[in-house]
Amino acid sequence: MKRKPYDLRKGPIRKQWWIFLLPLMAAFTIGFVWPFIQGIYLSFCTFTTTSNAKLNGVMNNKAFFNNYIKAFQDPTFVRSFWYSALFAVVSLIIINVLAFTVAYFLTKELKGSNLFRTVFFMPNLIGGIVLGYIWSMIFDGILHIYGKTLVTEPVWGFWGLVIVVAWQQIGYMMIIYIAGLQAVPNDMLEAAKIDGASGWQTLWRVTIPNVMPSITICTFLSLTNGFKLFDQNLALTNGLPKPFINGVPVGQTEMIALNIYNTFYVGNTSARGTAQAKAVLFFILVAGLGLIQLSATRRKEVQQ
Amino acid sequence: MSQKSLAKEKTFKTVLSIVLAVICILYMLPIGTLIINTFKGSTYVKSETFALPNAQSFVGWDNYVKGMTFGNYDFWKTVLYSFTITILSSAMILLFTSMAAWFIARVDSKVCRIIYYLCVFSMVVPFQMVMFTLSKTADTLKLNTPWTIPIVYLGFGAGLAIFMFVGFVKGIPLEIEEAAVIDGCGPLKTYFLVVFPMLKPTMISVGILEIMWVWNDYLLPYLVLDRNLYRTIPIHIQYLQGSYGQVDWGATMALIFLGIVPVVIFYLLCQKHIIKGVAAGAVKG
Repeated sequence: MKRKPYDLRKGPIRKQWWIFLLPLMAAFTIGFVWPFIQGIYLSFCTFTTTSNAKLNGVMNNKAFFNNYIKAFQDPTFVRSFWYSALFAVVSLIIINVLAFTVAYFLTKELKGSNLFRTVFFMPNLIGGIVLGYIWSMIFDGILHIYGKTLVTEPVWGFWGLVIVVAWQQIGYMMIIYIAGLQAVPNDMLEAAKIDGASGWQTLWRVTIPNVMPSITICTFLSLTNGFKLFDQNLALTNGLPKPFINGVPVGQTEMIALNIYNTFYVGNTSARGTAQAKAVLFFILVAGLGLIQLSATRRKEVQQ
Repeated sequence: MSQKSLAKEKTFKTVLSIVLAVICILYMLPIGTLIINTFKGSTYVKSETFALPNAQSFVGWDNYVKGMTFGNYDFWKTVLYSFTITILSSAMILLFTSMAAWFIARVDSKVCRIIYYLCVFSMVVPFQMVMFTLSKTADTLKLNTPWTIPIVYLGFGAGLAIFMFVGFVKGIPLEIEEAAVIDGCGPLKTYFLVVFPMLKPTMISVGILEIMWVWNDYLLPYLVLDRNLYRTIPIHIQYLQGSYGQVDWGATMALIFLGIVPVVIFYLLCQKHIIKGVAAGAVKG
C-alpha cells in the first residue's frame, strides 16, 4: 500500500486553529496588540482618559507632534534620560566586570563552587520593590550615623541604586558567564599552557575571545535593564530629592520609566498626552537597543 | 607540572575558596539585617539598624502579629492573591503558548509567521509603552480580579514563551508526530499525548521564568487590579510606604521577610531548574 506523505499543513490541524491559536490570539490582542496600537494613536492626542481623546491637528504639522515637542521641552524628561543613560552605563560596567570575575573563579573547580553560585544568584529572585525597601533600611541605617538619609544627596541615591541593582543582577549575569566559560574548549586552554602562555595571556587571548557571545548578551541585558529600571527606583528614592529648578520640581534621582509613570499618574492629568509621547520615545530607545543587540550577535555568529 | 607549582596552585585555590566564602557571607548580610530588624521596634529599625535587638528595642513577635492586619488589610489575603495570580498565569501561559507554538511551528503559514514575529516584537516593548492603554482595556473588560488578570499576563507575557517553544518544536523530528497521526490520533490527541511530554524541559524553563516574573511584578497588577479589594505582596508593601502618617518600619520588615520566605523555599527546592531556565531565557531583557 502506498503511504500518502504526511503534511500537517493540510491536515485536520488547520481546521482546529481555533483550539490552538485562538485563546492566545485573543489574550495577545487584549494584552498587547490593541494597547500598543492605541498607545501610538494616543501619543498624538489630547486626553485625560481613553474615551475623551482628541487627535491634535492633522493638517498642522506642529500641532500634530505637539506631545512630542512638549516631551523634549520637559526638563524632567531630558534629565531622567541622561540620568538613566549614566546609570545604565555605570551599572553595566560594574555588573559585568564583577559577574565575569566571579564566574571565572567559580569555573576553576574550587571547593564550595556550587554553594557560592547558589548564594550569588539568590538576590535575583527577590522582587524590585522588596529589594528597594531592604536596602533603603541599610543605607539609612549607615547614613543615620551622620544624621542624613539616602535622599539628602542625589549622588547617594545614584550609587545606592547602583549597589542594589549590582547585588541583584551579578548572580544572573554570572550564570550566563559560567555557561559561556564552560563551553571554552579545554584543549585550547591546554595548548596555551604548553606554549608557555601566562594566566593573563590565556585569559585575554583565549578565554575572552571564546566567551564573546556571552559578553554581548550580558552587556545588552544590563544596558536595557538599566534603562527599564522602575521598581527599585520607586522603592529606594522615588526620585527624591526634588528641588525646584526654574520653578519646576525636578526629581534628581528619577529615571525614565518613573518619569513616564509620574507624568501619567501623579499630579496634572492634562499632561497624559505628553506622557504617552514619552512612552513611545522610550519604546523606540529600548527597541533600538534590542535591534543593535540582535545584529551584533548575528555578526559574531557568522565569524565563528 | 612540577610538584612545586601543583602545591602552589592548591594553596591558591584554598585561599580563593576562603575569600569567596567571606564574600558570600557579606552577600547575605542584607537578609541577615532584615531578619534581626523584624524583631525591633519601629523607631530602632533605621537608627540602630545593625545592632542586635536589645532589652530596649526587642519587641518579640509583635511586628509579625501587627503586620498581619497592617494597613487595615489582612496579610494572608495578599499571600493568597499572589499565589493565585502566579499559579493561574503561569499555567495559562504554559498551556496556551505551547499549543499555539506547536501550531505555528508545524503549520508555518503566512498568518502563523506574522503572529510569531508580532510575539517576538512584543519582547522588546517596555511596559510603560502600553501601561496606560492596557490598564484601561483590562478595566473595560473587567479583568481586574485575581481570577481574570492571568488573561492580561498571558497576552503581555506571551512573547518569550512563544519564542522559546517555537524554537524547541522546530528541533523535534516530524516522524514522531507522523507516526501518531498514522496510528489515528487527531491533532488534539497528537498534541497532548505526543508533543506535550516532549516539551517538558522547555516547559520547566518557561514556567520558572514566568513564575519569577509574575510573583515579583508590581506595576502591572497595581494598575490593573481593583486595589481596594485585591493586593499582591509587592503592592501591599508599597502601599504601606506610600500611605500618609508614620511608617511602621518594624512591621514592614516583618512582612517583607514573610514575603521572601516562599521565594527562598521555591529556590532551594528547584535550584537546578531555575539556574538552567535563566540561562535558557537569557535572550530576554
